[in-house]
Amino acid sequence: MTTKNSIGIVKTKIFKSSNSLRLQSGKVLKEYSLVYETYGKLNAKRNNAVLVCHALSGNHHLAGKYSSKDKHPGWWDNLIGPNKPLDTNKFFVIGINNLGGSDGSSGPKSINKKTNKPWGSKFPITTVEDWVNSHEALITYLNISKLAAVIGGSLGGMQAIQWSIQYPEKIEHAIVIAAAPNLTAQNIAFNEVARQSIITDPDFNKGNYYEKKKLPKRGLRIARMLGHITYLSDDVMGSKFGRKQKNKSYQYDFNTEFEIESYLNYQGDKFAEEFDANTYIRMTKALDYYDPANGNKKNLSKIFKKIKSKVLVVAFTSDWRFSPNRSKEIVKALLDNNINVKYAEITAASGHDAFLMTEPRYHAILESYFKEMLRN
Amino acid sequence: MVFKKKNSRYDFPIIANWVAPNSKVLDLGCGDGELLNYLKKERNTTGYGIEKDPDNWLKSLKAGVNVLQVDIEAGLPEFEDNSFDVVILSKTIQSMHNTEEILNEMLRVGKQVIVTFPNFGYWRDRIQTIRGVMPKSKELPYSWFNTPNVHLCTIKDFDNLCKSNKYQIVDRLVLTDTKSVKFFPNLLGALALYSLVNR
Repeated sequence: MTTKNSIGIVKTKIFKSSNSLRLQSGKVLKEYSLVYETYGKLNAKRNNAVLVCHALSGNHHLAGKYSSKDKHPGWWDNLIGPNKPLDTNKFFVIGINNLGGSDGSSGPKSINKKTNKPWGSKFPITTVEDWVNSHEALITYLNISKLAAVIGGSLGGMQAIQWSIQYPEKIEHAIVIAAAPNLTAQNIAFNEVARQSIITDPDFNKGNYYEKKKLPKRGLRIARMLGHITYLSDDVMGSKFGRKQKNKSYQYDFNTEFEIESYLNYQGDKFAEEFDANTYIRMTKALDYYDPANGNKKNLSKIFKKIKSKVLVVAFTSDWRFSPNRSKEIVKALLDNNINVKYAEITAASGHDAFLMTEPRYHAILESYFKEMLRN
Repeated sequence: MVFKKKNSRYDFPIIANWVAPNSKVLDLGCGDGELLNYLKKERNTTGYGIEKDPDNWLKSLKAGVNVLQVDIEAGLPEFEDNSFDVVILSKTIQSMHNTEEILNEMLRVGKQVIVTFPNFGYWRDRIQTIRGVMPKSKELPYSWFNTPNVHLCTIKDFDNLCKSNKYQIVDRLVLTDTKSVKFFPNLLGALALYSLVNR
């Protein structure tokens, strides 16, 4: 990865809210913290702020590095930076680690003041709607009355559209990438297999594992492996791995035989080292629960009546977890309300993961869209 | 009317003339978005464009058009009945596969439909055919082997389709270059413009 156009060294900040947050579940968080990062400068009118929402395994670290020794930049570094499609010379970019996360925001890993121990299983399940409420609190704290845009892919795209529904006066543009108005049964099914693999790991200990020596890595690893299969397309797996083998001939044992096995094992291991199991199962729940239309497609048009923002919807042809047809449901409901919407369907081989890739047409679209925003 | 720059299209003013002020317009195959912007300027219209070509889609985006990348061959399921004042298909019908279905869809979604197409009955095209070659012209610049045009028709053909499908022709204009053609339009006209409603 080149360091050209990089935002450089970045720092994480923390927002501590002493106001309580009533959650969709009915539970109340008496106080909470959100870790966040910002890049670029807020202009004098305070109208150039772009909130970037993360997906299942993302966080607030969008771009740049923490130190010169840091190996990997933030997860959307290819998009965000000086002279990049989301240009930090022009925009003030905000990344927030969602509630329930494990990178510093209040979540199962953080300390419950009541008990002085990690929350563990006791941390309430938070939803997309709850996240948007908490984002809004932070945006208000930053003295921003209206966001220029909220952008996100996958679960992040759901937050972008939810922002438009929940705070129509406070968002100018929603950029909704590789998203859907709710999950299909197949998607929920994948999430449930992932959760079961974590929950049934003997080291999970009902979610209270932080003070034990052992983390539920096996479960998390399998959950990630499964996820990875569904984020890629059959085609891209075929072209990348095919039936390529580790050895010249079959070994007739259960060690890694094919390249794809090796890849999945590597991804699973890496993820299990870095990510938190309690957060993973909570993020999948937020995905499952999200359904602003309450299961009725026609309702979506009614719900979208509130929307005042302009919307860009982007889908990828090979994405079978959040297929273009699901994105078009969002587009249809926006059209029913005469909302300014643009829709692009990008031919890309890499499946759901395409939204994180440097696909030239995709980035050109985002770059032009942001430039248009500055013109108007 | 004269050609000023490469992209200026002489049929725009005629189309604009048929579009009532403040109309909500859907432009199928909106290209670089120039027609929609022209109508916005001249008629204060709102609406959307549909464009499946990625390069044109981006041009439309840059032109500030609400552009949607959907395939109109599959109909217009994203749009409700009568949700537009005008639906336009400008110089695109000849490259459509499901031509009849599209026209029906346009008349379902729009209260008024504007269709423009190169007239295959134009004498220059006829002469080339008589000479034994597929016609090439300003309106039909492609060779037979690379043309996207699969459903070319004459003015007479289109009139017959309107008759059999009960499309009511509200207005019709035939042009050659920039001049209106009144005599033998199917022979002397290069471009046909129709304004239709459901009977």
